[in-house]
Amino acid sequence: MADPWVRWDWVRDHGDDILAATRQHVELSLLAVAIGLLLSVPLGLAARRWRGLEAPILGLTGALFTIPSLALFALLVPFTGLSRTTAEIGLVGYTLLILVRNIVAGLDGVPPEVRDAAHGMGYRPLGQLLRVELPLALPVIVAGIRIATVTTIGLVTVTGLIGQGGLGAFIIEGINRDFRTPLVVGSVCSVALAVLADLGLAGATRLLSPWARRR
Amino acid sequence: MSLPADVVEWFTTAEHWRGDFGVPHRLTEHAVMSGAAVLAAVLIALPVGVWLGHRGRGGALAINLANVGRALPSLAILALAQQVFGLSGWPGFGARPAFVALVALAVPPLVTNAYVGMRGVDHDVVEAARGMGMTGRELLWRVELPIALPLIMAGLRTAAVQVVATATLAAVTAWGGLGRFIVDGFGQQDNAQIVAGALLVALLALVTELVLGRVQRAVVSQGLRAESAGVAEAPAVVTA
Amino acid sequence: MQLLQSVRTRTIAAVLLGSLVGAACGSEDDSAAKASKTVVIGSAPFSESVIVANMYAGALQAEGYQVTVRKGLGQREIYLPALQKGGADNGIDLVPEYVGTLLEHVNKNAGEASGNLDESVTKLRSRLDQIGLTALNPSPAADQNAFAVTRATADRLRLRRISDLAPHAANMTLGAGPECPTRPFCQPGLEKTYGLTFKTFRPLDSGGPKTMEALANGDIDVGLVFSSDGAVAARNLVVLEDDKKLQTVDNLIPAIRKDIVDDDMRMVLNKVSAALTTEALIDLNKRADVDKADPENLAREWLQQHGFTKK
Repeated sequence: MADPWVRWDWVRDHGDDILAATRQHVELSLLAVAIGLLLSVPLGLAARRWRGLEAPILGLTGALFTIPSLALFALLVPFTGLSRTTAEIGLVGYTLLILVRNIVAGLDGVPPEVRDAAHGMGYRPLGQLLRVELPLALPVIVAGIRIATVTTIGLVTVTGLIGQGGLGAFIIEGINRDFRTPLVVGSVCSVALAVLADLGLAGATRLLSPWARRR
Repeated sequence: MSLPADVVEWFTTAEHWRGDFGVPHRLTEHAVMSGAAVLAAVLIALPVGVWLGHRGRGGALAINLANVGRALPSLAILALAQQVFGLSGWPGFGARPAFVALVALAVPPLVTNAYVGMRGVDHDVVEAARGMGMTGRELLWRVELPIALPLIMAGLRTAAVQVVATATLAAVTAWGGLGRFIVDGFGQQDNAQIVAGALLVALLALVTELVLGRVQRAVVSQGLRAESAGVAEAPAVVTA
Repeated sequence: MQLLQSVRTRTIAAVLLGSLVGAACGSEDDSAAKASKTVVIGSAPFSESVIVANMYAGALQAEGYQVTVRKGLGQREIYLPALQKGGADNGIDLVPEYVGTLLEHVNKNAGEASGNLDESVTKLRSRLDQIGLTALNPSPAADQNAFAVTRATADRLRLRRISDLAPHAANMTLGAGPECPTRPFCQPGLEKTYGLTFKTFRPLDSGGPKTMEALANGDIDVGLVFSSDGAVAARNLVVLEDDKKLQTVDNLIPAIRKDIVDDDMRMVLNKVSAALTTEALIDLNKRADVDKADPENLAREWLQQHGFTKK
């Protein structure tokens, strides 16, 4: 009665489902990171500008991480239903934790001498931010985007609780039915997706910041 | 009664501090499991990360390992580990898959940070050391490791706190630990128990962070503390 | 008098004619109405829920309705609020449920469910009514909580009924979901109704793979299983008879929104419920969880076999 790790007939029969799940998985992840980025930039800037806010902002985004997803979704469903919105609220919350931290750290990492030099060259604060500080902070920020993307790809599974889930739906099915094939297929495809995304972003980093390449 | 009041009452109920289901037992289970997992991860990951960093090879692999380690949801790792290792038997029901999953989670950040820490040692310092006649092994132990230590310790702290937080999930494989309060609380619709469990985990994580911070301060040489160790490109360093 | 009679006759004739015409036109409107109505059916991630939800779906589809199935909805804490929201509002309209368990969930464990099916269903309906929902006819098929031991244990200690555990319980470990110590049908009930106090309790998953493994390996002596579980027979387990009737009725019942249910839906779903039996459930569950057949396919086959759909 042993359950083989992969039943290929199941894979063949569910090919369409697997593709659709992958697409849903990519969409959910992409949207979460994009929204997270949009929100984390002003939050990160605010945390640096008003240092007093840094601890509460980091603390709040950190606290979001500890709310068990089931509790979060149970709270949201009466308002936003079993929708993508509900899924995204959960996912974006988690990306904020990583992205805000990296934006703050990246900007903090700009050497004070460089900041002084830019100031001395007559850059105004906004120009300094856009032309000097952000470009230099880019490697750390993009590093944060890589981590956030990969983590989100992993977290999308949890949205299976509200019937979304992408490839995670297979993982959940595998756990519930004690069925190895969907468990393995869901896990392997998730990891493959993450590896692809990570490699893609790593390549993009190298292209975007040639000055930060190692000797 | 309000939730905060319920939680206080939960903590002041004597029965919750006794026996196998009591706080001390669960706390011990959790701490022991986390400690063992981190130790195993350190034994596996540090030699690999340090060696790769010393030789300057396998960088892409080391760094990507950390990231990819995040891609697999912990629940999936637990489920897969359960399929491979089963639930019953030593050292406790559900303990083996939990242990394996936690080690798997802890290894990637340890490898990456060790590698990046070693690579971050200033080239000039390495040149100077070689110029002084140091062998490869002396270079490793006397120069590179001490300089890489801040990052290695940072990786250790991250891994340790992550393990403590994730060990709660192991209650899902029917193991024990502090996660039991959360899982059982859900089943029994007992919000006070859930919050109590979450608070205990947060407390343990905080204590872990503080203790390891002290250790880091004690172990890292004074001259290195002010520096950022000159590591600009450290993708996995600024971790959650 | 004669005038009145003729007026009455003409009125009756008019009414009769009118309803005939109305019925003829009405049925056309009906099918247009059905086709434009989408019923969103939810299911939990375990096989039985998926199978029954797909039975509802297939039967409704054959009747002319549009259906969507949302599967994998984790817990009642998620799908009940979704049911209250409704399919048109990112929620669901219909879900397969269990009489006793649902009743105790919506009344927050008030203890209203009993071994009496009619009473429990009536109470359930009145509770659901308060939140815009209703329950259709219960099925004879039931998925009860049950306690099982391995065949070896049963033979060794001569166990056939739960009462037979009395002399042994003090040396035994009970395994069930984490809610067991607080549920009247579980540990407290075993103590009160049967006088059983177990040596230890091990929190697992009720009737899930962990409980099965624990029973097989001797980590627990008595495990909570579900009476329609397909793996029970395959794993050589013996379900102990609930001789003192501790368990409440957990017959399958469709829980549906009041604002979407109409007479045809009611009729079709009640027909499905009536045709389903516990034996069929056991067989279907076995094929899904032991043989790993697709729950959707199993539902489709069952509907064909029972005349709800054509081949």
